[in-house]
Formats: sequence, structure tokens, C-alpha cells
Amino acid sequence: MSEKNNLLVKLENGGIFKSSKWLVRGVSLEINKGQIVTLIGPNGSGKTTTAKMVLDILSPDEGVMKSFTKKVAYVPQKISIDWTLPLRVIDFMQLTSKLSQNEIIESLSLTGVEQLLYNQIHNLSGGEFQRVLIARAVAKKPEFLVLDEPVQGVDFNGEIALYDLIKKISSTLNCGILLISHDLHFVMSATDHVICLNGHICCSGTPSAVVKDSAYIELFGEHRSKTLAYYQHDHDHSHETDGSVVN
Amino acid sequence: MFDDFFIRALVAGIGIAIVVGPLGCFVIWRRLSYFGDTLSHSALLGVTLAYSFSLNISLSVFIISAVVALLLINLQKRTKLAGDSLLGLLAHSTLAIGLVLIGFLSYIRFDLMGLLFGDILAVTIEDIALVWVGGFVILGILYFIWKSLFSATVNYDLSAAEGMKPEVSNFIFTLLLAGVIALSIKMIGALLITGLLLIPAATARNISNSPNQMVFLATLVGIISVIAGLFTSLELNTSSGPTIIVVALILFIVSLVPLEIKGQLQK
Repeated sequence: MSEKNNLLVKLENGGIFKSSKWLVRGVSLEINKGQIVTLIGPNGSGKTTTAKMVLDILSPDEGVMKSFTKKVAYVPQKISIDWTLPLRVIDFMQLTSKLSQNEIIESLSLTGVEQLLYNQIHNLSGGEFQRVLIARAVAKKPEFLVLDEPVQGVDFNGEIALYDLIKKISSTLNCGILLISHDLHFVMSATDHVICLNGHICCSGTPSAVVKDSAYIELFGEHRSKTLAYYQHDHDHSHETDGSVVN
Repeated sequence: MFDDFFIRALVAGIGIAIVVGPLGCFVIWRRLSYFGDTLSHSALLGVTLAYSFSLNISLSVFIISAVVALLLINLQKRTKLAGDSLLGLLAHSTLAIGLVLIGFLSYIRFDLMGLLFGDILAVTIEDIALVWVGGFVILGILYFIWKSLFSATVNYDLSAAEGMKPEVSNFIFTLLLAGVIALSIKMIGALLITGLLLIPAATARNISNSPNQMVFLATLVGIISVIAGLFTSLELNTSSGPTIIVVALILFIVSLVPLEIKGQLQK
């Protein structure tokens, strides 16, 4: 397959201007099939805004956004569903696509919540709801998946399992993933390309390159960044500067 | 059989209840009750204009409601005033303009009470045709945009990200709401339409577990309210609109009982 066919989204020099300031500016990134790109950065650094730009929810006030896929799934950071809307997990799973009962159960069991099928969304705990959100996105069999802090509120064991699942999805579905995560451990061990954001791109590249970058160390502190270096994964392949894999 | 004014009212009223049920659910889910109020207040202006220029009342009401809805969207972009303030501004200024215009039309005998609270005697064969044909069109469009509108109701960003085009369905929904007000103003009256949108849907919420169930029950409660309300108004010689709303309210109170029992059991 040619390089062109693998490209899912491409953002060039994107920026969002709101309430007389730039939330983010000068962000360029591209995501290919089978690739996991991670956004990290402090609170208010524009991670979610960048994700919304890539998803075409916000159109950039500056720069160009191009999308080459329609099979998109999104796990937003926060969803609050009004009590006035009676909604069971099974209804929520079919929110934007038609799925058979089998597909729904299969997907829910991937995140370990198939027993909640007929529960009201309002009665789920934070972690359970997060698992349902991920299951819903996976059930769509997307080409491009955006996860905004997908494991918030999930217990420790569940967290590891969900990150494993995310890794698995990217290879089995050959799907491109944009991940926003605070879990630097996962970011460093499973991501192909890391973008460190603070209103603009501070630094970006492969995880091993990013941890050595002075901008990264400044943002996350020397101690923490050193600790994380131990978690680095053994590369069985190498990367080009844009993060694409070279075997 | 349509010779009997009561049968005509019944047929028209049931038609309205069927349209209002699904739309009312969305009004509740999206917290648009005050928006519905604003549209129906502006309906009065629509009626006055219809008399002034001898237009069809429903058409004129629909146009004015749609214009007010567009004005609201425009105003929201221009000022930082909260949504409810803007709604209040539009609701009362259009109502006031409507009432001022009525003053100029002194040569026409105006049934203001009928306009505000609905008039059972006024329903004609044409009204019935309008309610059923118009209602069919409204429900058809709603069915068509259902998935997009519903996903946007649950979460706008998610809906937009996954290509459901929520901005389009939001806009269309606003027009449908204006349409349903135009259809029902003669029966229910400008002041009480929002009640018919809200109360059956609120009643249904108390006893439903899924969105589809709530839509079905809201429609059913609406139909029961219309039938029981019309018979009661005939019996007691009261205005039809308010009587229908009172019956709907009684049903709402009854629907609280299972909720109460459930609450007790959980303790």
C-alpha cells in the first residue's frame, strides 16, 4: 500500500482562536493507519482542542485540516447525560451506528462490561461508563479512533487491560489512534509518536527522542522524565522523523 | 361524521397529540421548554399578521416562529447575554408587538381568549387536513433526522466527530418545533402549547427505561389527555386547551406514584 493510502488525517499549522487568545497554534500532525500518536501536556495546553480540530468538530482559525476517512470513532473526555433522557447501555452503543446484539455484546465484553447491557447509563460508575464509552467506539470498527483520557476513573488493573486493548485495536483493525493521556508509562511504551503540547508543539518525535528533549524535561521535570526513561520499550523496528515505521 | 364539531376537535386533537409526543421528548431532553414558550408567544404576532394581510394563520405562525428561532441563533452569536435572557427578550417583545398590532386592527372582531387558550368550536375540516398532513410531514422529517438529532442530544461533540452532522439536524428540529406550534395554536392556544409538549413527555419519563419507550408513552399520554380533556370540556363547558392541559397534569401526578413506590422499595 502506498504511503498516501495510509494517511488518515493531516493537520497543517492548525490554530484555534477563542475569547481573544490562541488556545493552540501552529500544530501540525498526521496520523496513518496502524499508528498510535499521543498528545501529552499540562492542563490547558490545548490537547482536547487539538483533538477536536483533528475530528472536524472545530474548524481551525488558522492552518489546514484534511481528513481522508469517514469511519471515525471518538471517546470524549467528559460526557454528562441528562437524567431526563432514559438511556440504557444498549441504546448508547447504537448511538451513531446500527449494530447487531452480538456485535454489541462482543464489544462490551472486550472492556469487561457485557453484564451491563440493560443498565441505565445514569447508574453506571465512572469507570464502568468509561469502559462502555471505549466499547462503543471499538464496536464501530473505526479507521481512525480518538481517545481523550480514556481510562480516567478506571481501577488500576482495568487500566492496564484497557491500554492493552487499545494497543491491540490499532493492530487488529489497522486503525490510526490519536490518544490523549496522562499515563506517561503507556505513552512511552506503546506509542509510535509523541507530541508534547503546551499551546504549541514543544517537541515531538518517537518516545525515546522526546524524553531526551529539553522542552519535555522542562515540562515534566527532570526526575520524572528520568524515571520514565526506564520504561522505554525495546524497539523491534525503527522510525522515521515523522513517526512512520521502518522495518 | 365530520359535521359534528366535537368529532372534528377530537380528530384534530389526536393528530396533534401524535406529533407532539416525539417532539416533546426532545424538548425535555434538550432543555428547550423555555424555547418552546418563546416560539409560542411569538405565535400571537404570527396570528395578528395573518389577519392584517389575510394570510393563512398556520403559515404565518410558522414563518414568525421560524424567524424568531433564527433571530435567537443570531443574537446568541452577537451578545454574551445568557440564553434564557435572550429567550425572555424575544418572547415578551414579540408578544407585545402582537398585542400592539391587535390594537390597530379594531375593525376585526378578535377572539383573544380563543387565540391564547384554544377554541374547540373553531376547528374546521381544513384544520383537520392541515394537522394530519402537516403532522405526517413533521414526523417524516423527524424520522429522517432521528439518529443525528438523538446523538447530538446525547453529546454534540461525539455526534459531530462521527459525521452525524448535528448542526443540520439541530436547525431542522427548530423548524419542526415552529411547525408543530403553527399546527396546534388553534386547538390549544398560544399560551398552552408548551404545556402539551412538556407534560406528556415528562409523564412518560417517570415510567420509561429507554428513549423509544418514552416517545411511545409520551404520545399515548398525549392522546389520552386530548380525548379525556375534550370530553371533560364538553361536559363542564370549559375551554378546551386548558382542560386538556389539566388532564395531562393529573396524568403526570399519577405517573409519580410508581416512581415513589420504587424509591420506597430501594430504601
